[in-house]
Amino acid sequence: MYNAPLIFDRRKFLKLAGRGLVVAFVLKDYLSFAGETPQPGSPMAPPGEVGAWIHIGEDGLTSVYTGKVEFGQNIRTSLSQIVAEELKLPVSSITMIMGDTDLVPYDAGTFGSRTTPQMGTQLRKAAVTAREALIELAAKNWDVSISGLIAENGMIVNSATGQRIGYGGLTKGQQILRTISDNVPVIVAKDWKVAGKSLPKVDGRLFISGKHLYVSDMHVPDMLYGKVLRPPSYNATLVTADVSKAQAMPGVTVVQDGEFIGVVAPDVVAAGKGLQLIDASWEEKTGQPSTANIFDYLVKNASGENNERGSENTKGNVEMGLKESDFQLSQTYHINYIAHVPLEPRAALAEWVDGKLTVWTGTQRPFGVQDDLAVFFKLNKEKVRVIVPDTGSGYGGKHSGEAAVEAARLAQVVKKPVKIVWTREEEFTWAYFRPAGVIKATAGVKKDGTITSWKFVNYNSGSAGLDTQYTTSNKQIAHLPSKTPLRQGSYRALASTGNVFARECHMTDLARLIKMDQLDFRLKNMDDDRFKAVLQAAAKAFRWNGPKASGHGYGIAGGFEKGGHVATCAEVLVNEDKEVKVLRVTQAFECGAIVNPHHLENQIMGAIIQGLGGALFEKIDFSSGKILNSSLSAYRVPRFSDVPKIEVLLINREDLPSAGAGEAGIIGIAPAIRNAILDATGTGLTVLPMIPNGTLTTDKY
Amino acid sequence: MVLDVNGVKHQITADPDVALLNVLRNQLGLTGSKYGCGEGACGACTVLVNGKPVHACITPISNAAGKEITTIEGLEGNGKLHAVQEAFLAVDVFQCSYCASGMIMSAVALLNSNSSPSEAAILKAMNGNICRCGTYPFIVKAIKLASKS
Repeated sequence: MYNAPLIFDRRKFLKLAGRGLVVAFVLKDYLSFAGETPQPGSPMAPPGEVGAWIHIGEDGLTSVYTGKVEFGQNIRTSLSQIVAEELKLPVSSITMIMGDTDLVPYDAGTFGSRTTPQMGTQLRKAAVTAREALIELAAKNWDVSISGLIAENGMIVNSATGQRIGYGGLTKGQQILRTISDNVPVIVAKDWKVAGKSLPKVDGRLFISGKHLYVSDMHVPDMLYGKVLRPPSYNATLVTADVSKAQAMPGVTVVQDGEFIGVVAPDVVAAGKGLQLIDASWEEKTGQPSTANIFDYLVKNASGENNERGSENTKGNVEMGLKESDFQLSQTYHINYIAHVPLEPRAALAEWVDGKLTVWTGTQRPFGVQDDLAVFFKLNKEKVRVIVPDTGSGYGGKHSGEAAVEAARLAQVVKKPVKIVWTREEEFTWAYFRPAGVIKATAGVKKDGTITSWKFVNYNSGSAGLDTQYTTSNKQIAHLPSKTPLRQGSYRALASTGNVFARECHMTDLARLIKMDQLDFRLKNMDDDRFKAVLQAAAKAFRWNGPKASGHGYGIAGGFEKGGHVATCAEVLVNEDKEVKVLRVTQAFECGAIVNPHHLENQIMGAIIQGLGGALFEKIDFSSGKILNSSLSAYRVPRFSDVPKIEVLLINREDLPSAGAGEAGIIGIAPAIRNAILDATGTGLTVLPMIPNGTLTTDKY
Repeated sequence: MVLDVNGVKHQITADPDVALLNVLRNQLGLTGSKYGCGEGACGACTVLVNGKPVHACITPISNAAGKEITTIEGLEGNGKLHAVQEAFLAVDVFQCSYCASGMIMSAVALLNSNSSPSEAAILKAMNGNICRCGTYPFIVKAIKLASKS
């Protein structure tokens, strides 16, 4: 049945027709609606409609709406490419409207490498549906059939007559009302002209000229600066606070609400001084765990061994499997807390206008923070708008909206916009960490390399990457949550950074027990062709079987997470003073059809380099509720001088859907280095980070 | 106190020990220079004072008064990017780009003192700047490209 495309003004339409009704009519003049600012892309638009995602202006400029946020993944670019490809538009005519809860359809958040597979697919379908609707509109305009009409460079062209009309001329700025179909004819990757190419970062010039405004850079008229009083340690309770000196400063307001004390001032220096002038006394909680006893604490407080037996990931019988084996190996791995250290700390600018709260903040979950604010201030969600400008990174560390709530509380009291930018120390102390964990692995192997038993228990750090990705007939896999003394949360690739480390260490150690090459042992126990392909590609480029100098070692590791398949080879040198130097890394990565090769390479390179920190030296040091290394001079992150020679191999599987790439690239580097150190020295390290002081020691942790 | 920033003289009323970064960002609206650590450990706030790279977050304005201060905003001339910016753009270096201004200012300082630095010299000069996204190899590539132009 011919389903004529409809165009309509969304706001006027909804006002007249109400939500959820799809009525077949066209409202003519989008701009004539008195008293209402034309604002394409309201959340009231049904998300099943093209108009919720794509709006073509009368000038042909196209807005694309998504709840995903740009934190450095360069998805503003890749999503633009996907839409440009399907809608047959130049990328330069597309503006991505991202992470604004008033303008974009609901989205759970930017995490889990979901943007490309989920949002990319959604926008692709919306774009194809829009393309088809535009062709049908042109056919109707010209009174011809749709055959012979093609979309090309922002225009519909009649290939028989040469007649052409721009998209803007067809829609006249009105919305396209057409339900997005799941079965639209998307362009296959091998025919891509815009997607699949290394287009440069959208707005790149703004970023290299200092003109992009991150939240911490923003300024609105009458804006004041806020600071919040922090306890001296976790779980400290406020006994008394004398705020009179701060309050006496000119222009300074002290906001007190229970234990929450904030200072608002016309400039940031005064806000800081005001905070220092508050005389607060706290009762600190003693006897909290510290770095020295954290691992025992996590095991002791785990939710119980019984859970292991109830685990869904049990197959066969691990005890029987061990009996069948020729060699057994039990080892415990220890994963320290680490920090994300986004270079832009948490920041928020909050403004109340006529009972409506607007907050600009760098969060990976704009709608989640909208919820948090609505609950906190007992408001309807419609009265809270969260806007996320492109942000100075997060790596899983900015799911929350602490600064947003703080700025909004202060702004509500002073009745002026308030900006809060956390200090580095606050970011290190009051954000959250990648969880610490203890992983106990026990496995049995036959002389021929068959894995007969695999038992793997993670205490506290999480279930991502928990299951083995190698074949075995008997396995028992469990994650036992525990009590964490530090606030913990998401991290890039989540707990797989620890679980894959333990698994890949254990695999190499099993290979050594039976004197089999660690690559061959993996290939023997594998039934995933994509995993196999990246391992073989990495090994070949690395020259895995090539000669090694004395003191040098080779290690390999890999896995697949969230659609990204990765294999990493590392070469290390351990000298006579036991100093460890990572010399070179080769990493193969495959995540289906590649949308932007350069940005993917950058993402994978960055993941390797970030992973070096957690592998070698990053570690949160804490004692009884205090973070002891809450600064960048005390908490070491990778620098230029830490970077080895890195070779990234991208395998483009045009026959497979594009998966995300932000996370899986980080999982191979730590175990590959560890296995290389083992190869060089015979020492098998089991603690992350491995070389906090630069030299190899066999200290437990 | 008078600060000469990007060729413009500004009369500043602030304590002499206030950090230059504070004044640049919050009084002069020059937000290209970033706060990252507050202790001169990350390089995000790097600006040039008399051509030398300094950490604006730990430089009191009294130390910068009367000297030529150049920020990222001062690199462009007549709407034209500096050669180092052009090189960073051509290589398409960054992810989140929060470190970009500091990286570019440090690179400009390096190339002003050594127009064709070796890789070792680049690593040494840039080691005070952190890119948490890990784009270091692309930054090195961009600096090499700029050194040729």
